[in-house]
Amino acid sequence: MIRRNTIPFGPQHPVLPEPIQLHLVMENEKIIQALPAVGYIHRGLEKIAEKKDYIQDVYLAERICGICSFMHSQNYCQGIEELMKVQIPDRAKYLRVIWAETHRIHSHLLILGLLADAFGFENLFMRLWKVREQILNIMEKTTGARVILGVCAIGGVKRDITPELSDYILRELEAVEKQLPELMDSLLKDYSVKQRLIGVGVLPKDKAHELGAVGPVARASGLRMDLRETGYAAYGDLDFKMVVGEAGDCYDRTMVRVKELYTSLDLIRTALKRMPQGPISVAVKGSPPADEVLARIEQPRGELNFYIRGNGTRNLERFRVRTPTFANLPALLHQLTGCELADVPVIAICIDPCISCTER
Amino acid sequence: MLNHVSEITLDQISTEVWKLKQDGHRFVTMTCCDRGETHDILYHFDKNYELKHLRVALPKGTALPSISALFFAALLVENEMKDLMGVQVSGMAIDFQGRFMLAEGAPVAPLNKSIPGIGIQIQDKTPSAPEGTVKS
Repeated sequence: MIRRNTIPFGPQHPVLPEPIQLHLVMENEKIIQALPAVGYIHRGLEKIAEKKDYIQDVYLAERICGICSFMHSQNYCQGIEELMKVQIPDRAKYLRVIWAETHRIHSHLLILGLLADAFGFENLFMRLWKVREQILNIMEKTTGARVILGVCAIGGVKRDITPELSDYILRELEAVEKQLPELMDSLLKDYSVKQRLIGVGVLPKDKAHELGAVGPVARASGLRMDLRETGYAAYGDLDFKMVVGEAGDCYDRTMVRVKELYTSLDLIRTALKRMPQGPISVAVKGSPPADEVLARIEQPRGELNFYIRGNGTRNLERFRVRTPTFANLPALLHQLTGCELADVPVIAICIDPCISCTER
Repeated sequence: MLNHVSEITLDQISTEVWKLKQDGHRFVTMTCCDRGETHDILYHFDKNYELKHLRVALPKGTALPSISALFFAALLVENEMKDLMGVQVSGMAIDFQGRFMLAEGAPVAPLNKSIPGIGIQIQDKTPSAPEGTVKS
């Protein structure tokens, strides 16, 4: 006999780092419908941004997320620079790439660790986070902070990387890279892990496109979509190569993130090698004009959009944030439909949900 | 700057969105701005990293037809606009009844200009506000 029940998954759940609720309509152990309930940590940041000076909003934007914080401030600064027609120095573009990619590495290691924890591999979780500490150390040494770096500014960046710091980063990256193969083999070649990931939460390519999926979720389904290909900041000079999967399941989403770790390591090394000498910022005067822009960058979870509308004063007329997790929620609902209840934690973690970003 | 912006009317929304879908565009998101008498609704689409935008000036109090039947992904942002901007959207695939982003007892349409920010000093918005310099 088929029994239909609704199970609330979250907002507090051991596998969820942040609060979101999924209403799961079940027939026995199978999910036939999933609905999200958000709003637990909605902070009204878009409204606050309109009340602050546009320069103060750099700090506000950086605090939208506590994981990919630098990229939020970078996207905001790029948007304002486009609006005010500011050309930043080349060296600042390279420095932005270096800090953005360190953020991508620490974010991917964080979610891979949480994934390991979700399928009960605690030792792997702790070892991945131990490696992540070395990346956080790089950020602390180069900026003075471990997550909220506070180095991005309208017109460039606030800190430079000296040759000594550059050598230090290269040494640390080498140490990180030496530890990765063993850990990544555990993630991608272990029999038990493969059993938990392969064929779970499948998102076909056409469905990923239709549902507006972004980032590793979209790329794991075979969509060739990574804004770094557009060459913003200094990416156009760094021989960036996109990582794409095929199967669209949890295994391919994990594989894409693992390979992107190596891509990011290469990007940082290349950026350090090719970074030109020169100033790191330009002075910016005046206020954003009465115009609008949709700024986009590739965050660890995918495409981040900021709609910025100026009005000729120091306040913004409108600041709207569309985060990658927000874009991936419809894809998550599709993946959950038809799956077993036991697979929900792994599927939910595999979209790399960031709820504080999503709710703003 | 926003390039490729098409100004459309309310009754053209479904047709124009359908054309973009048929042309292989991906739904990116929607943006709503309070412009006093109207809400400025922007639909953003992407194809091969090139953005296209549709703009509708929606008189306040008029219902916006949902595009969630064409792009399911739009239903979340439509529900968000209903909560935060007070835009009535008709025909949504799932209607959260104004409880998608906000809890009971929350201010109505808090992102509209008529709702002042809470606990924040509103700064002078006149053009004569002193200009500053950013030194990095």
